Amino acid sequence: MEGDIAEMGKYIGVGLTAIGMGGAAIGVGNIAGNFLSGALRNPSAAAGQTAMLFIGIAFAEALGIFSFLVALLLMFAV
Amino acid sequence: MAGENGGLEIRPMDQFEVKALFGGDVSWYTPTNVTLWMALTVVAASALMIYGARGRALVPSRAQSAAEMTYGFIYNMVKDVAGHDAVRFFPHVFTLFMFVLFANLLGLIPFAFTTTSHIAVTAVLAFTVFLSVTALGFILNGTKFLGLFWVSSAPLALRPVLALIELISYFARPISHSIRLAGAMMAGHAVAKVFAGFAGALGAAFFVPVLAVTALYALELLVAVIQAYVFTILTCVYLKDALHPSH
Amino acid sequence: MAETAASGSGMPQLDVSTFSNQIFWLIVTLVVLYYVMSRVALPRIAAVLADRRGTITSDIAAAEEYKLKAQQAEEAYNKALAEARAEAGRIVDAAKAEMQAELDVQIAKADAEIAAKAAESERRIREIRDSAMEMVSDVSKDVTTDILDVFGAKADKRSVTAAVNARLKGDA
Repeated sequence: MEGDIAEMGKYIGVGLTAIGMGGAAIGVGNIAGNFLSGALRNPSAAAGQTAMLFIGIAFAEALGIFSFLVALLLMFAV
Repeated sequence: MAGENGGLEIRPMDQFEVKALFGGDVSWYTPTNVTLWMALTVVAASALMIYGARGRALVPSRAQSAAEMTYGFIYNMVKDVAGHDAVRFFPHVFTLFMFVLFANLLGLIPFAFTTTSHIAVTAVLAFTVFLSVTALGFILNGTKFLGLFWVSSAPLALRPVLALIELISYFARPISHSIRLAGAMMAGHAVAKVFAGFAGALGAAFFVPVLAVTALYALELLVAVIQAYVFTILTCVYLKDALHPSH
Repeated sequence: MAETAASGSGMPQLDVSTFSNQIFWLIVTLVVLYYVMSRVALPRIAAVLADRRGTITSDIAAAEEYKLKAQQAEEAYNKALAEARAEAGRIVDAAKAEMQAELDVQIAKADAEIAAKAAESERRIREIRDSAMEMVSDVSKDVTTDILDVFGAKADKRSVTAAVNARLKGDA
């Protein structure tokens, strides 16, 4: 029974870490949206900045990846 | 994990199992499906870059044009992101890109094994980049490389805090670098497998998940290319930090 | 293998027993791929690209040269055309002048002939008139002398002539 409760807590914790990925999604959406609004204002400058767009997305995504990492650790390592 | 209560038996993670090609235990040198699909990656990359460009024509064929565009794409990425003096590392970056790109794309073939969905593989790639870039930074810049962590444009009081944050983010690089790629590959393939399993379970309504898998497949194709691109461009960004540590 | 992976963590990615195998083969793959790419593929493509760039540059230079040649040819053509036009104009002018001269000569000749013929005619008309006049004056003198003889008046020849001439002159 005790093991079951610990198991349950583990799964709840894993579910909660999914919220962190939602934060990463907000960040990535923010970056892409701001890029698009900037690109629509000055389309000629947009082409040179796509690399920066992807770098920014990658950095924002990294924090979502950490929550994914925490979920993996909880599921399989704890 | 999914099939514990009987009924629906979908095992989305089975596709990631490492199996010996000719049976037996998996030791460090056993030829496994990892070996097979990595070899196919080399073959596919060579096919594009050597067989595709074999004509050496002034007016390129389609395959040669694709090879040249890949070359130009990565060359310009290295030059634009990491600077002109990073061009001598272009073959290394290009190898990395070709490996990740073709491993991702070959993994999309049904029943294929996706080598880049394994954290062990991507971690080796990411740590290779991390260690070589760090070593390069110290060799080229000496202790000035530590200026990367000392943000001279910030107020003096904030600098130690920023240095700590920079240090943590520096060491978090290989982790995010590797898990991003493995996670994207694994998640996409697992979701595709789950949807494909639904097709078998739904009977007459099988076409709904088949359509979903078709759409997902297109998305996965995009993800495969974008993840290879992101992996390479981040490598270039780290390379730039090693070559020009001052912000 | 499948049993160990499934019974272990549930995620084959975290099955540590396969790591050494994957890492070994990854390193082999990367080394092979690196040598294939850096020794064979990339120099080849770089050579092709450099070759193409060179060809394009030289082709552009050649095109530039051809353009210059075309311009020169056009200039020469225009010049030849202008010369031909001038030549044609000159020939036309010359022909016109020649014709005009010929015409003038012919007209002058015709005028002269006409004038000669007119002078001849006039001369003959005058001759005829003179002879007619002569005859008139002779006849008049004879008639006058005869009339005077009939009337019996003695008239010398000289006064008769003068009187007849004066009368004829007044008529004419």
